[in-house]
Amino acid sequence: MAKQAMFRIWRGDAGGGKFADYQTEVDEGMVVLDVVHRIQAEQAPDLAVRWNCKAGKCGSCSAEVNGMPRLMCMTRLSDLNLDMPVIVEPMHAFPPVRDLVTDVKWNFAAKKKIKKFRPRSADAEDGTWRMQQRDVDRVQEFRKCIECFLCQDVCHVLRDHQKHEEFIGPRLFVYTAALEMHPLDTEDRIAELKEKYSIGYCNITTCCRQVCPESITITENAIIPLKERVVDRYFDPLKHLFNIL
Amino acid sequence: MAEYRTHPYDVLVIGAGGAGLRAAIEAAASGVKVGVVCKSLLGKAHTVMAEGGVAAAMANVDDRDNWRVHFADTMRGGQYLNNWRMAELHAREAPERVRELEAWGALFDRTRDGKILQRNFGGHRYPRLAHVGDRTGLEMIRTLQDHGIHSGMEVHMECTVLSLLVDSGRVAGAFGYDREKGHFILWPAKAVVLATGGVGRAFKISSNSWEYTGDGHALAYRAGAELLDMEFVQFHPTGMVWPISVRGILVTEGVRGEGGVLRNSEGKRFMFDDIPENYKSQTADSEEEGWRYTQGDKDARRPPELLTRDHVARCINREVKAGRGSPHGGVFLDIAWIKQRIAKGEEHIKRKLPSMYHQFKQLADIDITKEPMEVGPTTHYMMGGVKVDGDSQMSTAPGLFAAGEVAAGLHGANRLGGNSLSDLIVFGKRAGQYAAEFAKANGAAAVDEGQVQAAARKALAPFERGPGAENPYRIQYDLQEAMQALVGIVRVEGEMQQALEEIGKLQARAANAGIDGNRMYNNGWHTAMDLENMLTVSEAITRAAVLRKESRGAQFRDDYPDKSADWGKHNIVVRRGSDGQMVIEKRAVKALPAELQQIIEEMK
Repeated sequence: MAKQAMFRIWRGDAGGGKFADYQTEVDEGMVVLDVVHRIQAEQAPDLAVRWNCKAGKCGSCSAEVNGMPRLMCMTRLSDLNLDMPVIVEPMHAFPPVRDLVTDVKWNFAAKKKIKKFRPRSADAEDGTWRMQQRDVDRVQEFRKCIECFLCQDVCHVLRDHQKHEEFIGPRLFVYTAALEMHPLDTEDRIAELKEKYSIGYCNITTCCRQVCPESITITENAIIPLKERVVDRYFDPLKHLFNIL
Repeated sequence: MAEYRTHPYDVLVIGAGGAGLRAAIEAAASGVKVGVVCKSLLGKAHTVMAEGGVAAAMANVDDRDNWRVHFADTMRGGQYLNNWRMAELHAREAPERVRELEAWGALFDRTRDGKILQRNFGGHRYPRLAHVGDRTGLEMIRTLQDHGIHSGMEVHMECTVLSLLVDSGRVAGAFGYDREKGHFILWPAKAVVLATGGVGRAFKISSNSWEYTGDGHALAYRAGAELLDMEFVQFHPTGMVWPISVRGILVTEGVRGEGGVLRNSEGKRFMFDDIPENYKSQTADSEEEGWRYTQGDKDARRPPELLTRDHVARCINREVKAGRGSPHGGVFLDIAWIKQRIAKGEEHIKRKLPSMYHQFKQLADIDITKEPMEVGPTTHYMMGGVKVDGDSQMSTAPGLFAAGEVAAGLHGANRLGGNSLSDLIVFGKRAGQYAAEFAKANGAAAVDEGQVQAAARKALAPFERGPGAENPYRIQYDLQEAMQALVGIVRVEGEMQQALEEIGKLQARAANAGIDGNRMYNNGWHTAMDLENMLTVSEAITRAAVLRKESRGAQFRDDYPDKSADWGKHNIVVRRGSDGQMVIEKRAVKALPAELQQIIEEMK
């Protein structure tokens, strides 16, 4: 049986905006993105929303639903309290473009500055490599990332302190970790992690890990091991002493 | 006079999925200036949805495999309507293209001896699909994206091309808009590569994302290029059927590759009842043999669940129509049963099919390690597309190239699973290489300001008509309903004629679509502009399907249920006539050279 629900959606652009209420019919099994589409088709044809696969695989429809960073396509209405208005707003860590769409280009520009993959020379005569599954496993976890940027959205260094110029955020630490721990990679990115990407700003509150729709263990498996590599190189007291002597 | 920005390139690539990125990387490597236009953000293209793997005869798991077997499998799957040169190049070059991805950072699942692991898939004689769990497409697009951004290409994200500019038959560039501001952009180019993917959005139940509105097909058609095989639309046998809102989302063939079985409401494995003659010798006799095949027994033959997609989809359709379907109008796909055969079966399923586990758990409240899934056919892939030269990927319009799903030829009447990801990298590379050569050999073409202004006027017309005119979303829904009901998995002449009438009416309505608001990220406006492409492609699909009076591969006609020997030797070409009307032509398939014919005979 169709039910009614109230959706309170942020409408606006870089110049500001406000919430608008939409009363609409909802059906069993629907997700938030379905409702946004229904409102778009029936009540607000110019409502801006970014989406693509609608299956949790492309990471386009990131937004904040009742204050939680979520993929709209994977947020089922059955998990929300429909007796209250459902509040849908754009991510806060990025500049608004229009309505639910934010300008996430910064993530792409920041990624480009990270040194690219540089493999060791081939293992076999035919130019191929040999890797064991167990060595590949931990990097495959990082490569599950769908670049939805919800981890960036929830990171206080970006969201509250707006350190986009000197900090790359959880997504790009995961990206760097995938490169650094890649069995074939020979590049060294430790100095940049400390100086340019300010990994020290992260105080491992695990907010990023908690919102990851791919359940990547961002803090423990990616960021902390990178922090350890930085510490080993720059802050080992014995090594420091040895250097002085 | 509409205003626009101008970004000139030697090679302009339209589309940034696997084929577009691979083309751009290749063109940039040859030293020309390359621009990439993508409708979404970089890395979101439909390639991310590919699950099962990339087909390449590397023989890492079964040393009997080689390019000849892959070639024969592809031709058999395509019912011999394939462009044999493309099938040959694809089979020969796929292994090198896959190894190249590894050199660029891709991390495929491994064999015990540390090589790239390969899995079984429908229609492939040996385990051939290199994969990463069930998220192979994501691995491929991320690898190409992360490699590509360092190769010198310039990327225009969230921009849509509205029309190709033509200079006396030769392509001179493209004109379009950015979604964010709604500003117009002109991209003059010496060569253009179309890599825009498919047309799934013309159907109601589809595994495709919103972008797949047949842009490249329609752009090429309007620019004067020929389209080929448009009647062949692949319906993937296993899409989700419940909840309604996720209907159509893909359930990878990898589920069946890992031992998943299809059952009807009576609990029967109905696929054993109907095995086509040309696959009998390759198909298991018993459930036991089928199981052994999925577990890597080289002496076993594949279970009937792994027959080609067109056939499995029709069998599912038949069960549902006969009243033996599941509660929500599908059939049951069961992977949980393998726990009887495998120790730690639950973990095994989660490891081999993590996204499927996730998808059903989150969207349908189903734990696939414990209960069967409900699945049914979903519009998945377009075999037809821009007719290209097998070697260079150039269309019949000089300077216009096409690669990936938007190009036609490799797959013939039906595509084998896993052959699309390999298609992207093999022919993406070739298109990029030959487009760059074309750009070097030919100077800049002339851009006709009249064509630019005409395209801009057409784009802005929905604003002038305003919100009181036809709702573009409504027109899109009505088209999807019509195509699904009348030109779907089972076709008959009368219904398709009805579809053509409907498309005619929708074309008139689309010309009267109006919208509200301004040009900034206005989804209603974008939908209004996408309609023309979807309607052109729908018309081409339907007209070609009417003309082909037989059932072959993905086309099944209730009024002509058998194959016709004559149609087995012909393709259908669609082009725009000089009067602007659509012209449909029957054209003979080019004869195979003796050495390729011999391979096919040997593998029969």
